[in-house]
Amino acid sequence: MYPKEFEYASPTSLGEAVALLKKMGPDAKVLAGGQSLVPLMKFRLASPKYLLDINGISNLEYIKENGKFISVGALTRHHSLERSELVKQKLGLFSETASWIGDPQVRNNGTIGGSLVHSDPAGDWGSAIIASRALLKIQSARRERIVDSDHFFKDTFTSAVAPNEILTEIRVPVPPDGGRSAGAYEKLERKAGDFATVGVGVQLTLSRNRKTFEQAGIGLTSLGPTNLRGKKAEKALVGKNVSLETIEEAGTAVSEEVKPTDDVLRGSAEYKRAMARVFLKRALTRAARKAGASGV
Amino acid sequence: MSKKPMSVRKTSRRSKKIWVPEVFSQKTIRVIVNGKEYVRDVKPRLLLVDFLRDSLGLTGTHVGCDTSNCGACTVILNGRSVKSCSMFAIQADGKEILTIEGLAKGNQFHPLQQAFWDNHGLQCGFCTPGMIMQAYWFLKENPHPSEEQIRWGIAGNLCRCTGYSNIVKAIQVASEKIGVEQMQVEPRKQRMVRRS
Ligand SMILES: Cc1cc2nc3c(=O)[nH]c(=O)nc-3n(C[C@H](O)[C@H](O)[C@H](O)COP(=O)(O)OP(=O)(O)OC[C@H]3O[C@@H](n4cnc5c(N)ncnc54)[C@H](O)[C@@H]3O)c2cc1C
Ligand code: FES
Ligand code: FES
Repeated sequence: MYPKEFEYASPTSLGEAVALLKKMGPDAKVLAGGQSLVPLMKFRLASPKYLLDINGISNLEYIKENGKFISVGALTRHHSLERSELVKQKLGLFSETASWIGDPQVRNNGTIGGSLVHSDPAGDWGSAIIASRALLKIQSARRERIVDSDHFFKDTFTSAVAPNEILTEIRVPVPPDGGRSAGAYEKLERKAGDFATVGVGVQLTLSRNRKTFEQAGIGLTSLGPTNLRGKKAEKALVGKNVSLETIEEAGTAVSEEVKPTDDVLRGSAEYKRAMARVFLKRALTRAARKAGASGV
Repeated sequence: MSKKPMSVRKTSRRSKKIWVPEVFSQKTIRVIVNGKEYVRDVKPRLLLVDFLRDSLGLTGTHVGCDTSNCGACTVILNGRSVKSCSMFAIQADGKEILTIEGLAKGNQFHPLQQAFWDNHGLQCGFCTPGMIMQAYWFLKENPHPSEEQIRWGIAGNLCRCTGYSNIVKAIQVASEKIGVEQMQVEPRKQRMVRRS
């Protein structure tokens, strides 16, 4: 299977890349890990005239902590996030999310930035950035701007990144006070390596005495037209006791607020709604335990 | 033969010239495959797997699904396992590739190949090159894996015949037999190959 013919450029700096994008106009597509774009081009669902390969821009691939944020370069591979010790220690949600994506070859090549810009509602990273309230840094030839995770996904397969822009960095707030913060990602998949039937990412901070939920972030995969924030479920948690009852209430809230659709491969909307409840409860229980809660 | 560069220079705020790189409709690429250097002209849409099979005649790398699901086309690119049906040859310019043909030393099998042979790790053999290349990468990352880790390690490779048991066993045996050092295949002597 061959894509349509296209022309190819491989800039080695961000400056070159955005200048080229500006010149090429909307007929150009950025190529990162290629794990979504290349199959789409082979099926001719995408036929860009120009392909701008950003893999040669080495300073887009990094994971570093600077003050209040852990900054992840958009070109960072899923596998690097899965293996990073810094991420394991401070952002368990991100290492767990990475380990659930596709298969090892996909994780070796696919990038967090590519996955986010692709904006597949079944993409796992979307839930991680929503749960952790991450910021997204976006660059064009003209300017740099920052978008928060609640304004990043515009629609199915449509992100806030315009054709002349490049997503450069994902900035994740370092969760407060290590010991009482924790995250978890739970995913239901039909078979190893499949996209989520449902997926749930949570990022929690408990009070110092571990008795109440101080902060809660919930991101939902495959439960609507884009990755969603579980707003009602978050509300059901914040300020409440860390208990099985509270978690149960969050589960009920999430099953009421999600917007899944029937699909032949992965089940009915009703089933997904039920699974959203189950998987949110699992993720919350596990994250609360990691953050030192007892009695859940 | 490469197309003329798009004649643009972008002037940034500090009025520093930013070079806009060349845009290619065809490009001469240079790759090292199994220790041997090849120089070839490619069109951007040529997939890496077709470059290996059709341009270089290395047909050990297979095409199963052609849609990045089965892993039959797995090769090692600069140390990373990739599905070569989901990447363009032009992206491999300047890089090193290891395929199934590069594993054995003369008549001597690589320990993974030997373990697949000894443990009946294949039936029709179609998935085998991809399985072995993925296992090669996996054992470098994870030299002493558990059975479960092996199963996750080859989750991107499908086999229609074996039911996986003997594949997993073969990888386990290979991991026990070999230290990490032996996993490194000595690159063959580099040789320039004329463009054809
Ligand atoms: C077999 C298989 C299984 C998979 N399973 C899962 C899964 O379980 N969960 C999951 O979340 N994903 C899964 N994926 C998708 C995978 O995560 C992809 O890596 C990801 O969706 C795209 O990232 P990429 O780097 O490969 O981007 P590409 O395919 O290169 O690009 C994707 C899109 O983003 C644009 N783009 C890329 N980077 C940038 C940037 N920095 N700035 C602006 N635009 C950009 C491209 O133009 C393109 O439109 C799977 C893929 C495969 C092949
Ligand atoms: S042929 Fe490449 S993954 Fe199946
Ligand atoms: S041995 Fe036949 S596909 Fe694996």
